[in-house]
Amino acid sequence: MIREITLGQYYPVDSVLHRMDPRTKLFGTMVFIISLFLADHIAAYGVATAFLVLAIKMSRVPFKFMVRGLKAVLFILLISVSFNLFLTDGQVLIRLGFLKITREGLRMSCFMGLRLIYLVIGSSIMTLTTTPNQLTDGMEKSLGFLKAVKVPVHEISMMMSIALRFIPILVEETDKIMKAQMARGADFESGNLIQKAKSMVPLLVPLFISAFRRATDLAMAMEARCYRGGEGRTKMKPLHYNRRDYGAYVFYGAYLAAIAGIRLWI
Amino acid sequence: MSIKAENLTYIYGAGTALEQYALKNVSFEIPDGQFVGLIGHTGSGKSTLIQHLNGLIRPAGGTIYYDGTDIYSEGYNLRELRSKVGLVFQYPEHQLFEADVFSDVCYGPKNLGLHKEEAEERAREALRQVGLKEKYWDQSPFELSGGQKRRAAIAGVLAMNPKVLILDEPTAGLDPKGRDEILEEIRELHRKRGMSIILVSHSMEDMARYADRLMVMNHGEKVFDDTPREVFKHYRELESIGLAAPQITYIVHELTERGVLLDVGITTVEEAREAILKLLRP
Amino acid sequence: MGIIKASKLIFDYIRRDEDENIEETDRAIDNLNVDIEKGSFVAILGHNGSGKSTFAKHINGILTPTQGTVWVSDMNTADEESVWEIRKRAGMVFQNPDNQIIGNVVEEDVGFGPENIGVPTDEIWRRVDESLEAVGMTAYRYKSPNKLSGGQKQRVAIAGVMAMRPECIVLDEPTAMLDPNGRKEVIKTVQELNQKEGITVLLITHYMEEVITADRVIVMDDGKLVMDGTPKEIFSDVERLKSYRLDVPQVTELAWELRKAGVEIPVGILSQKELMEHLLPIFKDKFPGQMRLDAPSEAMASEPQ
Repeated sequence: MIREITLGQYYPVDSVLHRMDPRTKLFGTMVFIISLFLADHIAAYGVATAFLVLAIKMSRVPFKFMVRGLKAVLFILLISVSFNLFLTDGQVLIRLGFLKITREGLRMSCFMGLRLIYLVIGSSIMTLTTTPNQLTDGMEKSLGFLKAVKVPVHEISMMMSIALRFIPILVEETDKIMKAQMARGADFESGNLIQKAKSMVPLLVPLFISAFRRATDLAMAMEARCYRGGEGRTKMKPLHYNRRDYGAYVFYGAYLAAIAGIRLWI
Repeated sequence: MSIKAENLTYIYGAGTALEQYALKNVSFEIPDGQFVGLIGHTGSGKSTLIQHLNGLIRPAGGTIYYDGTDIYSEGYNLRELRSKVGLVFQYPEHQLFEADVFSDVCYGPKNLGLHKEEAEERAREALRQVGLKEKYWDQSPFELSGGQKRRAAIAGVLAMNPKVLILDEPTAGLDPKGRDEILEEIRELHRKRGMSIILVSHSMEDMARYADRLMVMNHGEKVFDDTPREVFKHYRELESIGLAAPQITYIVHELTERGVLLDVGITTVEEAREAILKLLRP
Repeated sequence: MGIIKASKLIFDYIRRDEDENIEETDRAIDNLNVDIEKGSFVAILGHNGSGKSTFAKHINGILTPTQGTVWVSDMNTADEESVWEIRKRAGMVFQNPDNQIIGNVVEEDVGFGPENIGVPTDEIWRRVDESLEAVGMTAYRYKSPNKLSGGQKQRVAIAGVMAMRPECIVLDEPTAMLDPNGRKEVIKTVQELNQKEGITVLLITHYMEEVITADRVIVMDDGKLVMDGTPKEIFSDVERLKSYRLDVPQVTELAWELRKAGVEIPVGILSQKELMEHLLPIFKDKFPGQMRLDAPSEAMASEPQ
């Protein structure tokens, strides 16, 4: 199940988006998210759809790969869509007992659904075309100004990068521990909530101990390789903007202007 | 009481482009009380195979019979099967979790629904049989040495009174003496309890010494299944799949090729010593 | 003085209770004196808990002596100012391949060390290319470490150390978690680095097959140095090795058993070839006419190693 989450997974192909500076992609994702919250007209969604389709095409990542990421948020999606569908007042279209579907509700829930789906696909395009390291590098650099107020930006991005490296390892380890305990008659499925919670102890204790052990080992290995925080470090892959990045920023400006224009005048 | 695998097939990533056979039509029968060695390089399918034997994973094709019954049939009690077919995984760290060794060993029997007294009795017996001294019983399992952890993990499975004990590389990471000690204890268990043992190992030397029967896996297929001495005669084929016979096999073969009349099935240092000395001073 | 020198080294693991009072001390290294020559391949043998890993951690300044001194390239490891220089000169590879790879892509992991010591970008790339080439992992440079086998991961870890341009590499049981093929792969890589690049290698292991090609073997037991010599010298005393919970390769054991039974074979036989050199003439004397000494032998050609 955990393997199905595509958010945070990298899809290795060569494309314009893959070669783009991570900061450009981060900023683009932000622009896109803002635009989704500004959009309240069908025309604005049309523009957003065009933006998204363009990004999908440029990424050269198979579309079905992005859709897979939606599975993980399906539950949230259904809840928010049905809330909007049934709980919005207005001109009643259909009445089902105490539930009613209104014209406004239908419109809202459609927009809400689209918004969430676009949000997930939009951000997965970023993670699918950017290696976790580039992503953390991009964040470190774009948030560099926070260092002035003593936010340990480098350390945080290093932690994220390490977390990304160890998540697959720990997922695999969880599977092994589960099997080892099932071989001793453990039952992780049946029983009520309390019994289920109790049955997790034999899984969680070995998992935590192993994670701590890995952390200690890793800290030692990093120290042995002369790691001592961000001070005085150079970069193997320093970030710098290319012409396509500047182009992208111009495009973002035009896109945001279009969305804002639709909101203001239509 | 036998385990029988029939045309066992397992596919990784079924339905995707990366489809790959982890097991391909593997069949065998292990009668009561046999000591079976299972060998193959990483990715040969041996780990997948042993996880089928106690029903932890379901095959894509074929099935397993335990004591004549299909373990994947509707309503078969897999939890009970897992107490009969004990599986000890490679790293004890993956199963030890209680505050002390003794409670940890009780976990299995308690899962079987046994009373506290009976579970504890079984734990005591299991701990004694794996040679873990009483002074360690109330210690935290995480403070034990590598070899002792290994013993505690084996005891944890043994306490469920299995008829078959499967051990996945029980000696990995131990020093030579620790390795020999664990293997000797497994052999003792085999003798005393009369249980079948399936030992997964990378060491051909250990296989030669302990196993009655050796199964060799390669790319999901069973390529050899015979006594170690017969299997090692095919050392050329073993090499072609990335394995090798014990050093002694090579020595005996070279001597034979040079005209010394030796039995080419010799696989251990003791046998080679006896045979050579017999020739040199009749 | 050699590249690594330990003099009267003592190290105690100290366990303290909540109030920082000493609860228990455990002497892991007990008066160790070693001098390692630059460019040599030295293997350290010893059972689990013999103190060999503790010693390894001293060379890289992860641990500092309780008493005595360790020098690396004439720098005292207890001297806090030189600790980074020491870590640059003496790289370290650990047992668990997963827990020492930091990068999410092979080449980025190799670049991690140089980044830490402030090497300029162009130079990092040069070093990464060279190091990957030296361990034969260039073809995997864009892969995720999670997709590699254990042996390949260890080679990446070695490349990561090589990119720091060390004079010496300490490998702390690098093969303990690998299968036989992975073990061979790693040992071959280390041997090549020693021969081609002249890197001093300190290999800690308990696999006897891995030490027979070393220049020098040191055996540790109970925190002390108990044997020190060439592989041939060390493997001459099988009984003593066994008393230190160690083992010998089957050839060595057979030769030693035969010698004990009165067959005239010298001590310290390390390979099948050597054994044959001594055993075949004996058979020839015994069974003249029956032996085919010059016939090609399949079994000889395929001896492992």
